Amino acid sequence: MAVIRFSEVSKGFVRHTGRRLLGGHLVHRLRNSAKEVFWALRDVSFEIGKGESVALIGANGAGKSTLLGLVAGLADPDKGTVSVTGRLAALLELGSGFHGDLTGRENVYLNGALLGLSRGEMKRQFDRIVDFSGVGEFIDEPLRTYSSGMIVRLAFSVAIQVEPDILIVDEVLAVGDQSFQAKCLERIAAFQRSGNTLICVSHVPSAVQDLCPRAIWLDHGRVVKDGPSANVIEDYTQVRLAAVRS
Amino acid sequence: MWRGDAIYLLHNLILKDFRIRYRNMSLGVFWSLLNPLVMMGVLTFVFTQVFPRASTDGPFAIFVLCGIIPFNFFALAWSSATVSIVDNVTLVKRVSIPREIVPVSVVLGNCVHLGIQIALLLLLVIVFGKGVNVHWLWLPLVWVLEIAFVCGVGLLFSALDVYVRDMRYVVESANTVLFWLVPVFYPLSSVRPEFHFVYEYNPIAALILVLRTILLEAKPPVASTLVKLAFTSVFALILGYIGFRMLKRRFYDYL
Repeated sequence: MAVIRFSEVSKGFVRHTGRRLLGGHLVHRLRNSAKEVFWALRDVSFEIGKGESVALIGANGAGKSTLLGLVAGLADPDKGTVSVTGRLAALLELGSGFHGDLTGRENVYLNGALLGLSRGEMKRQFDRIVDFSGVGEFIDEPLRTYSSGMIVRLAFSVAIQVEPDILIVDEVLAVGDQSFQAKCLERIAAFQRSGNTLICVSHVPSAVQDLCPRAIWLDHGRVVKDGPSANVIEDYTQVRLAAVRS
Repeated sequence: MWRGDAIYLLHNLILKDFRIRYRNMSLGVFWSLLNPLVMMGVLTFVFTQVFPRASTDGPFAIFVLCGIIPFNFFALAWSSATVSIVDNVTLVKRVSIPREIVPVSVVLGNCVHLGIQIALLLLLVIVFGKGVNVHWLWLPLVWVLEIAFVCGVGLLFSALDVYVRDMRYVVESANTVLFWLVPVFYPLSSVRPEFHFVYEYNPIAALILVLRTILLEAKPPVASTLVKLAFTSVFALILGYIGFRMLKRRFYDYL
């Protein structure tokens, strides 16, 4: 059963330099200039089944973030259809809802609610979240007194306790100290074993090869290759190396 | 898709606004009271000492406070809701929460502030010897109507601000102009009758008139004003909601 299905999806962004202000809008209308569209994704089709773990690889600007935005329901495609079933938690820029003046505890409550926890779930999960993060007694201190590692640990702990059906991990495992990284990987492995779907994003493919048996390689908005991660990553690495040499 | 608890999220967002606002103020609630009191003092001085004018019902200080509090709430909630989507870009672009929650939480967050000021107003009404009357029972309804109106306007302008970033300056200028066009420091009787309909269809003006009728004249609100207030408030809320739903589809592209 596919939990994520993209069929011939294209997503374009209108280049609107200067059109964000009233003057820009007026000039555009008066000149009647044609829209210049930048296609971030072009005719992308794939399916991800329940319980699959897929790595999304590609250089900066390949369209990875746009694709994740579509999966997360943050944007609508311009062509084609996207269908996603199940609860989704995206570790996109961990802690984007965090605020420095709030304490760790208040931030956990706020972020949990943002990720979709109900009041009852929050009550049940709170202690587990704090335990996992290892923040300890700092939980009642304002977040601005935390080290960046502590913030990331707390943010990851909230996201993983949301118990999503689909988890998106975006370049975030490179943070935190080694013991915390090991804890995260262990938690993600447990998440995979219980039949949930995982999407990892990285421009350092070796980092995700162990987690994901399948990889999709994006370049300039198109799917270049989709298959077993060892093969895809080998080809990707060769192309990258060739590009660096020339 | 986001399948969370919208009410719980709203609760948390309002709490966040409240905590951030008051944590950085040593005098906390006092600041909520200072601004309307200063305005009340200045306007009372100007319109009783500098430009003495025809007498109004009740003490001028209370009369003018009935205008300042609804107007201040409207101006502050409207301008902070307008910038809410653009200022919370990290939330809107990273988490798939229903985006309506962002401007609505800002408006409701301002209600905490408003509640304190209403308490001040009612206290001063009693201090000035106007007393409590049965028509006070209308107060919750008329305040809820104003909040609904501001939610509608806030939704619409927060969405417009995403597309046209100078919308916030339009709102600021509009607020400056509105201060004079809403009967904050003059009674409706000073306005020529042919312009009265403008005031009755403007929910902020209508609310001020209703407040004065209830608090100063101890009379029930005029039915036709109440109906128009309800009509424009509900209309603004529906229009704001529909407009927001249409505009939010391309938020991601413009943020």
